[in-house]
Amino acid sequence: MAPAITLAADAPTLSAANTGFMLICSALVMLMTPGLAFFYGGMVRVKSALNMLMMSFISLGIVTVLWVLYGFSMAFGTDSGSIVGWNSDWVGLGDIGLTELWDGYTIPVFVFLVFQLMFAVLTPALISGALADRVKFTAWALFVALWATVVYFPVAHWVWGAGGWAFELGVIDFAGGTAVHINAGAAALGVILVIGKRIGFKKDPMRPHSLPLVMLGAGLLWFGWFGFNAGSWLGNDDGVGALMFVNTQVATGAAVLGWLAYEKIRHGAFTTLGAASGAVSGLVAITPAGGAVSPLGAIAVGAVAGVLCAMAVGLKYRFGYDDSLDVVGVHLVGGILGSLLVGFFATGKGQSDVAGLFYGGGLDQFWKQCAGVFGVLAYSLVVSAVLALLLDRTVGMRVSEDDEVAGIDQAEHAETAYDFSGAGGGAVRTADAAPVAPAESKKVDA
Amino acid sequence: MKLITAVVKPHRLDEIKEALQAFGVHGLTVTEASGYGRQRGHTEVYRGAEYTVDLVPKIRIEVLVEDDDAEQLIDVVVKAARTGKIGDGKVWSTPVETAVRVRTGERGPDAL
Repeated sequence: MAPAITLAADAPTLSAANTGFMLICSALVMLMTPGLAFFYGGMVRVKSALNMLMMSFISLGIVTVLWVLYGFSMAFGTDSGSIVGWNSDWVGLGDIGLTELWDGYTIPVFVFLVFQLMFAVLTPALISGALADRVKFTAWALFVALWATVVYFPVAHWVWGAGGWAFELGVIDFAGGTAVHINAGAAALGVILVIGKRIGFKKDPMRPHSLPLVMLGAGLLWFGWFGFNAGSWLGNDDGVGALMFVNTQVATGAAVLGWLAYEKIRHGAFTTLGAASGAVSGLVAITPAGGAVSPLGAIAVGAVAGVLCAMAVGLKYRFGYDDSLDVVGVHLVGGILGSLLVGFFATGKGQSDVAGLFYGGGLDQFWKQCAGVFGVLAYSLVVSAVLALLLDRTVGMRVSEDDEVAGIDQAEHAETAYDFSGAGGGAVRTADAAPVAPAESKKVDA
Repeated sequence: MKLITAVVKPHRLDEIKEALQAFGVHGLTVTEASGYGRQRGHTEVYRGAEYTVDLVPKIRIEVLVEDDDAEQLIDVVVKAARTGKIGDGKVWSTPVETAVRVRTGERGPDAL
């Protein structure tokens, strides 16, 4: 998050350009959640595609409402103890003036809070990829509400809220490498250690049911990510937002190449899923770093992320944890990587004058980055595991074995993702057939 | 009557259809099928996880013929389906007791 822009002792005034830009960025970040839903939804088997889409989509409902009620206040209100914020004027968003500016910036509070809302929506949705095919929808909805409240809102405060410990320490996290990606990745790991594997993990083939859907999702994520990253500077007065925009594109391109090259050498093919995954790994890694590194630095960050994440997704088979769609392998690993590489590649000419090791800055920034990374990681991992355990003991986290095997879509949502059957639906009167009586509930044979 | 069933490579469908039409067959049924014989399957890779896919796509063609035409029709199908590579499929015939044309009620060879 950007330091306050103060122009030669003048207090900032409302900028229509920045306000318009930030509203568009907010819409772009909103699009990432449905994009993520498609990215994940295409990767599961056909019998649980709808559940995967819904796990992301429900966050748009739950977190939006919580954000209005108390989330924004907890994340960005007045600091207490460097841990969490609170501002009773912001509860319900009732006492905010339309032209009241976000402190030190040229955009209204309403614009800042809706932009940040989209981040809060996306982060719990990211976790869902690790929990594919097996979690009760009610339990997931409760988890989203609780996790947003006790993990995301406080952690966003640590990293971006004035007074938060990571913010005050000087941890560089431009757009959410720690607060979003490490946070979600560590939470995913905590939850899957509690709920266990899918039935058939490592035995049954679990092929993605629609790679075109995965590609569509990756494309929407990439597009939305420009808002996520470039918008995080909250304005464009000094060009840093544009640098971030450039680096987002550059790192992501390099990461696609990194993942594909690794895959071709190691497994013999350039896969579609590899290209899509490489793109996301690059986007994740450049998220904390893009305002501090040069475009060449962004190529390095992206390429390293593409290769390392491609290697990391294999770890689940070795250690036997079922990170179904590789939230740990891509978001946790990519987030850690991007956050730590800032300590090496920060040029000192971007968002701040802090330089990393390769630009003569020593290891100071690297140690700060480590503190941010491991503080968020440990907190999110432990608290998420405890939440999952609590929910498992009360409402139960997993659907029954029968429902999981038959497909969670029918059990939890009473729907089927695709209807390819050409049979049925013959309403034409035939010579001998009696007219069909209207049925109370229609039967579909599929 | 005989039912001739052919399970063959999907891309041979048009050849077989044309050959059957030239032979004088008026109707057939095609189903998308999957299976394996000596061909076995192939390997697919998803994020480094390798899956052996045993069942490969095939089409199943079914034709009803009079007994006298059966042997010759089998030859027609085999000739049109053959590529000479592994996985070309199988053709077989089974006896059929009767057949009825639904619209008219005609039975036996008249229904063909």
